[in-house]
Amino acid sequence: MKKLLNTLFVTSPDVYLTLNGENIVVMKEKERIGRIPLHNLEAVYTFGYSGASPSLMGACAERSISLVFLTRNGRFLARVIGKSRGNVTLRKNQYRISEDENKSAEIARNFIVGKIYNNKWMLERATRDYPLRIDVQKFKDTSCHLSELLIQVRHTAKLDLLRGYEGQAAISYNEVFDQIILQQKEDFYFHRRSRRPPLDRVNAMLSFVYTLLSNDVAASLESVGLDAYVGFLHRDRPGRASLALDVMEELRGVYADRFVISLVNKKVVNKDDFFTKESGAVLMTDEARKKFLKHWQDRKQEKIKHPYIGEKISWGLVPYAQSMLLARYLRGDLDEYPPFLWK
Amino acid sequence: MTANSEENFLLLSGIQHFLFCKRQWALIHIEQQWEENVRTIEGQHIHQKADQPFIKETRTDKFIVRALPIKSKELGATGVCDVVEFKEDHNGVSIKGSSKKYIPVPIEYKRGKPKSDESDILQLVAQAICLEEMLLCEVRLGHIFYDQIKRRIEVPVNYSDRQKVREVFKEMHHYFYKRHTPRVKTGAFCKSCSLQNLCLPELMGKQAVSTYIERKISE
Repeated sequence: MKKLLNTLFVTSPDVYLTLNGENIVVMKEKERIGRIPLHNLEAVYTFGYSGASPSLMGACAERSISLVFLTRNGRFLARVIGKSRGNVTLRKNQYRISEDENKSAEIARNFIVGKIYNNKWMLERATRDYPLRIDVQKFKDTSCHLSELLIQVRHTAKLDLLRGYEGQAAISYNEVFDQIILQQKEDFYFHRRSRRPPLDRVNAMLSFVYTLLSNDVAASLESVGLDAYVGFLHRDRPGRASLALDVMEELRGVYADRFVISLVNKKVVNKDDFFTKESGAVLMTDEARKKFLKHWQDRKQEKIKHPYIGEKISWGLVPYAQSMLLARYLRGDLDEYPPFLWK
Repeated sequence: MTANSEENFLLLSGIQHFLFCKRQWALIHIEQQWEENVRTIEGQHIHQKADQPFIKETRTDKFIVRALPIKSKELGATGVCDVVEFKEDHNGVSIKGSSKKYIPVPIEYKRGKPKSDESDILQLVAQAICLEEMLLCEVRLGHIFYDQIKRRIEVPVNYSDRQKVREVFKEMHHYFYKRHTPRVKTGAFCKSCSLQNLCLPELMGKQAVSTYIERKISE
């Protein structure tokens, strides 16, 4: 498996990134404030408005370093994509399957199998770890319900049915999600998902972590030669990285949600890390975002054993591993797409 | 689609990949996947010396050309010779810009030392076939310079190796036409492959995905 390298997060809004030899140089008011060799980097995320020099963009594209521009609040703006990697035949296969609803469903259901399986085992883990703090009966019931849905999804060959099952699973999971938040209950809670804008602190963090994750997934897909914008479960919509969202389904709970909860439960974040706008929109402060990114980077370095490949890899490489397995399936090397089934 | 239209020419250097592992060749040449490792970087370094297309050296009885672009319609291949020495020889052919006659001798630069397999030799023979076709002459020998031993090895260009080269290119064109990446048996050679991270050789012997999913779900 390839190596996980560093990600550079540039959180000051008013810095400009340039290229100098083999280094990325961070400039603030015409002064150099940092310099990092490119060969150590896998991705650069910049939150701000100054941007980066075209030569740096070119250098990143050449080396497959994903360079992502986000707004100060972490909303996605753009990603620099270089030459398409891989074989055009692979992409055409992807497009052909994407046009065929039945064949799309065969892949899409495995994304959903992954999502439901992982969410189920998140709940099972919670009942084991905190039997005295959560409603064990409710969790067991939900887990059973998810198990049933899992069997049904596994035998579904229709996309709309699949979406129905997924919706049911999401409702069940969201109902108990709030209970896994075990600390700072007055300040952190989850009632429902709100996105535009996020209306509570947990949703603010979820939005942010989903943006980070979807960019990682999109970059991984491009790096194995797939088109991140053409999905199987998510259908085409201009400007939407549908395939990235597909592959992300199985990782949302177990990778992103779990990360957010751990920040709350370990009291890494607290209520002062957020502020509420007049409209009720909740935003993270710059300080909070820095803390968040530091922990996110640490999480990516943690090693796990990939359930299908059987190899030890870091969490940060999971999107890449899944992209590669998907490409292998689309090429006909595997009998099905193997979702990341994490227990 | 025919193999001998320039559109479909394959890279000469691919013969090395193909003989090493058909799947590696397909990943590089069909799927356009590439990843550097120590060996590939070393290889680039060695070729830097040879890759100077605008230098032409002249000695008393020969002149030396570096980075010479070559092709063969018969093989359906194109590439670059690291170095070609044009040796004065009255049985040779006239070369534009010179009144004398010459025989071309291809010289290929390689990292490491002579290998036990024939891949280096066949690559050189393929170059010889190209030179013959382009210059209408006969190339009877070439050299391979090995970086580790700092010496060149003389390679005769014989009939049976020529035949092998032709067969290998035929097979390569066959896969390329079908855009097919073969699954091949894995082996000890996978350890020295620069593409092992992309190829995932361990997956070859893995259980079916359907079994994996069913087993996990029923846990």
